[in-house]
Amino acid sequence: MAGLKIENLTKSFGDGRRVIDNLSFDVSEGEFCILLGPSGCGKSTVLKLIAGLERQDEGRIYIGDREVSGLTPKERDIAMVFQSYALYPHLNVYENIAFPLKIRKMPRQEIEEKVHAAARLLDIDSMLKRKPRELSGGQRQRVAIGRAIVREPRLFLFDEPLSNLDAKLRSSMRVELAGLHKKLGITTIYVTHDQIEAMTLGQKIVVIEGGVIQQIGTPREIYDKPANLFTASFIGMPSINLAAGRFIKKGEEILFRSGDLELSLSPQQWERYAGKDVTAGIRPESLRPGEGPVRGSLEHIEHIGSETLLYVKSGDMRITAKAPADYEGRAGEDISLAVNAADIHFFLDGKRLAAGR
Amino acid sequence: MKKWMEKGGFVVLTLIVVCMSLLPFLWFLDTSLKTQIDITASPPVIVPSGSVHFYRSAIENYNLLHFVKNSTIVAGASTVITILLSVFAGYALARLRIKYKGLIMGGFLLVSMFPQISIAGPVWKILRSLGWLNTYQGLVLPYVTLTLPLGIWITASFFRELPEELEAAARIDGCSHVQTLFRVIVPLAAPGVFTAALLVFIYAWNEFFFALLIMTEKSYQTLPVGIALFQGQYTMPWGEIAAASTVATVPLVLLVFLFQRRIVRGLSAGAIKG
Repeated sequence: MAGLKIENLTKSFGDGRRVIDNLSFDVSEGEFCILLGPSGCGKSTVLKLIAGLERQDEGRIYIGDREVSGLTPKERDIAMVFQSYALYPHLNVYENIAFPLKIRKMPRQEIEEKVHAAARLLDIDSMLKRKPRELSGGQRQRVAIGRAIVREPRLFLFDEPLSNLDAKLRSSMRVELAGLHKKLGITTIYVTHDQIEAMTLGQKIVVIEGGVIQQIGTPREIYDKPANLFTASFIGMPSINLAAGRFIKKGEEILFRSGDLELSLSPQQWERYAGKDVTAGIRPESLRPGEGPVRGSLEHIEHIGSETLLYVKSGDMRITAKAPADYEGRAGEDISLAVNAADIHFFLDGKRLAAGR
Repeated sequence: MKKWMEKGGFVVLTLIVVCMSLLPFLWFLDTSLKTQIDITASPPVIVPSGSVHFYRSAIENYNLLHFVKNSTIVAGASTVITILLSVFAGYALARLRIKYKGLIMGGFLLVSMFPQISIAGPVWKILRSLGWLNTYQGLVLPYVTLTLPLGIWITASFFRELPEELEAAARIDGCSHVQTLFRVIVPLAAPGVFTAALLVFIYAWNEFFFALLIMTEKSYQTLPVGIALFQGQYTMPWGEIAAASTVATVPLVLLVFLFQRRIVRGLSAGAIKG
């Protein structure tokens, strides 16, 4: 077990397209780190570079204190779980889990003990004789995880491991993965495009887009203080409401104005940005029905059980807001939404503005 | 009604084609089981007497088993060597990042297109200078060369079908490239490797021209050449030739029947995703 350190990692593909651009981040020992981003952002390539399946053009990778940049996957002593599970179809479950140990020429007796221990841990000890094709998706995923943990690797890599499972199974596997990590305490790098997985599993999230790190932080930090417009709009379901506008000084007051929308703000915090063009971001749950500055007509209502989603048209803006489950408005009605000024995010040139004091 | 006729027509047509291709085989099978008198009878006798006289004669007087042994050695060695080389080359061409891959594959195909007669002279000269005329390796070498393109094409197309994540998994589990190839790739591509092996074996087993050219001594001749030389200046041992031909054909027929499914899967690989 060991931490991971990535320094200035850069990788281009054959056609000269740069998929990863000067990436650096640390993962401490035992930490669960998520690489989050939309498909094609380069997150899987980062994982392959860490695994040694691809070679970086520049940059260094350290596992623990040891630099592994030029080593083969075997020498790096890592384990990986793939999106397609990548079980060996010609081997049964026992042989699949035993495979990495056999390659390392571990004594037979020891292999048997370890495979059975891993199988018990994952609750697959009753199907050791079966072939992968006789298993369900969830069972295959357990076998793949078994093959990874049986070796007690220094580093655990997951490449979108749950995306082939159906929604229900996915959420139960998520809980199990979290439990497994707690039990084994192995440093884990987990690639996903699913923000729910990222928010629930991760102790640290690295948001990647276009081969560049957008933000590194805990799930709370990333949600509450998105560093830029990309992170703000990528994280959150339904996604954040954005409005382009300007800070305006009006007497002693500071206003944010975008079309008909006017939000009055704390002068100490925002006065220094007066006159600047900025984008305001308000999460749907920060907007609730009540007397407030946001006015419009209710276009559509979705009751999703635990709460109600409101789709509001205000001027030429479309706004999403959340209301309690027992909300009783109707489509077509006029509505006003209240917002707490502290819950509004402002972005200048795409970057988050820190409120002054 | 129309459907029934279509189906019937199809069956009849298939039967005709099958009969036409099977007829020579059935005829010499029939002949091999006749007696000396029945062979030349006119009108021909259709139902054979079931005598194994010609088989015994082919073995005792014409040294049939010796030719079988030579053929088995040459075809067996050619198959093993070709398949081993094909597996390595096919894997490299299917997976590694090599420049001009298409050109290389095309080159193999081109090589296999040369008519045998055009390379016979040089091959003979090379083998003579190596001192390999009338040796097993003298025949194995050209067989391997001529069947390699086929072997490489089949194995490469099979390897290409396998998901890349499997190889990544094997490498992470600690396999070297060669271990990955033999522990994961080859077992999974077994139908393809097997098909290639069978086709190579059939080629080497049946090949006549090079065998005739290179093996001038009777003790090294393979079955096709041996059988062809059964006839002497004044004799035409028709029954023995039929018996020997049956012995030469039956192993192939059995192999193909036994592994029919795998071969069909092998030949149609790449057409649809497994």
